[in-house]
Amino acid sequence: MLEANALAFGFPGRTVGHDVSFSLAAGEVMCVLGPNGGGKTTLFRTLLGLLPPHGGSIALQGDALKTLSRREIARRVGYVPQGQVSGFAYTVLEVVLMGRTAHLGAFGTPGERDRRVAARALETLGIAHLAERPVTQVSGGERQLALIARALAQEPRLLVMDEPTASLDFGNQVRVLQSVSSLAASGISILFASHDPDHAFLAAHRALLLAEGRVVALGAPAEVIRADTLERLYQVKVSVVPVGGGHTCLPALER
Amino acid sequence: MKTRALPYLIATGALVGLTALAFAVGRYPVSLAEIFSLLSSKITGSESTLPANVETVVMQVRGPRVLAALVVGAALAAAGTAYQGMFRNPLVSPDILGVSTGAALGAVLAIFLSLNIFFIQMMAFAGGLAAVALVYGIGARLRGHDPLLALVLTGVVIGTLLGSVIALLKYLADPYNQLPAITYWLLGSLAAIAPRDLAAAAPLALLGLAPMLLLRWRMNLLALPDDEARALGVDTRKLRTLVVTAATLMTAAAVAVSGIIGWVGLLIPHAARLLVGPDFGRLLPLSMLLGAGFLLAVDTLCRTVAPIEVPPGVLTALIGTPFFLWLFALARKSW
Repeated sequence: MLEANALAFGFPGRTVGHDVSFSLAAGEVMCVLGPNGGGKTTLFRTLLGLLPPHGGSIALQGDALKTLSRREIARRVGYVPQGQVSGFAYTVLEVVLMGRTAHLGAFGTPGERDRRVAARALETLGIAHLAERPVTQVSGGERQLALIARALAQEPRLLVMDEPTASLDFGNQVRVLQSVSSLAASGISILFASHDPDHAFLAAHRALLLAEGRVVALGAPAEVIRADTLERLYQVKVSVVPVGGGHTCLPALER
Repeated sequence: MKTRALPYLIATGALVGLTALAFAVGRYPVSLAEIFSLLSSKITGSESTLPANVETVVMQVRGPRVLAALVVGAALAAAGTAYQGMFRNPLVSPDILGVSTGAALGAVLAIFLSLNIFFIQMMAFAGGLAAVALVYGIGARLRGHDPLLALVLTGVVIGTLLGSVIALLKYLADPYNQLPAITYWLLGSLAAIAPRDLAAAAPLALLGLAPMLLLRWRMNLLALPDDEARALGVDTRKLRTLVVTAATLMTAAAVAVSGIIGWVGLLIPHAARLLVGPDFGRLLPLSMLLGAGFLLAVDTLCRTVAPIEVPPGVLTALIGTPFFLWLFALARKSW
């Protein structure tokens, strides 16, 4: 599905990440963990073709990313940004329909089929009742779900989600993670960034730990998310404890 | 999706009524019956029984002026709609990238060089295009910044520079012959419109309108952050260049014939958005209807309200300011 090979990435004139290699299979979920400024967002923007790689290569469904047009990439990869407030009061349905752009001609407008796909995406995320509400007037969690629905309307094989749970309350975080799990079960590959290692335990098949632009560890969450790797990532003391068949991270505060 | 035809029907009806009224009122009043009789004789080709001066007033004097108000109003409103969407900001007007200042400099230079009206208009048009090309060229080269922010800041800086050149020319201009003409032009006017001006401006405005109509769906995506729009499959650089070109063409064509008339391109798209929401395909037609009607109403007031003509730019500001503040209070947080 997605393959990165010895990838170096960064902004024009400044390389922030080196030697990142991984591959993501169909229906697989990978969580990218790392401190602020560790290069997660820059990595994602590079994987989406929004920034040119500084070295190495990216392949999407076997095709080199640099040979694909914006439109072609958008038909394969959906991008879920952190849910900011957009300036204008588009309705939730209008926002989701924007996900159909890559399936329309340059002068096209959404047709019957596009509306069906958008309605299905709203249905999948459980926010069909919000369709006619202005996106500026729904809650942060609902807006995040709308942005996921927009990415789904692209009918992608891969979703790239940049901290989809950031600034959401606990319930909405769980709802977003739930949709990550069920989307993966339907065969979509998902790459998401998070600030909470527990999210990797909950929803990911693998975790990629990224610090200062380099891969610290890559593997099954239970294997790579350990006290020592987390301390290396965040410079704080954490114990990872087994609980109810899974794991959870407990920060150890100094008394 | 619900069809929300009502605002369009009302706006169209109001526009037709206003147009009839604009033909009727003035120093030489013409009755509505006379206008319709003239209209039907023109359509059927039969001999008109009306006095010749009625025909002159309607066809030669008021006709071009009414048409110009409609075209200029619609063009400014359309350009404003496109720019407000693109810059994700409802306080943006069509001259944000310096088209008006550039056009003003061109016209002022032509007046300063004592060129005739044809060259004043030509230089206004060329000045408007050149200013935006300069702003866009510099803005696009400021890499490593948000492309929109770079564009806006370059527009502000270049606009200020051109403004001081205008000030210099005014300072140097002959205070008896040239300065009044410069001031008159900078205030904007539809009084001296000839059919020839319209014939030049209308096709250019239409040329600018065509891409906006064709791209009406895609235009919506320019309201998103750049990364998001690109991730959805839009080549934002190409689209933005096209929209800037189209909006500039429309504005420059309008400004070249009417001078600088403010407020239409700022106020009207905003009002239209409150009525039908931000979707560009629904917004653009209503915005143009309202823009045409607003400028026609203003211009009709300008030539009837006082013994001398009031510059329309003054009236648009007098009406626009309180109206805008009212809309702003009404809209609260959502645009």
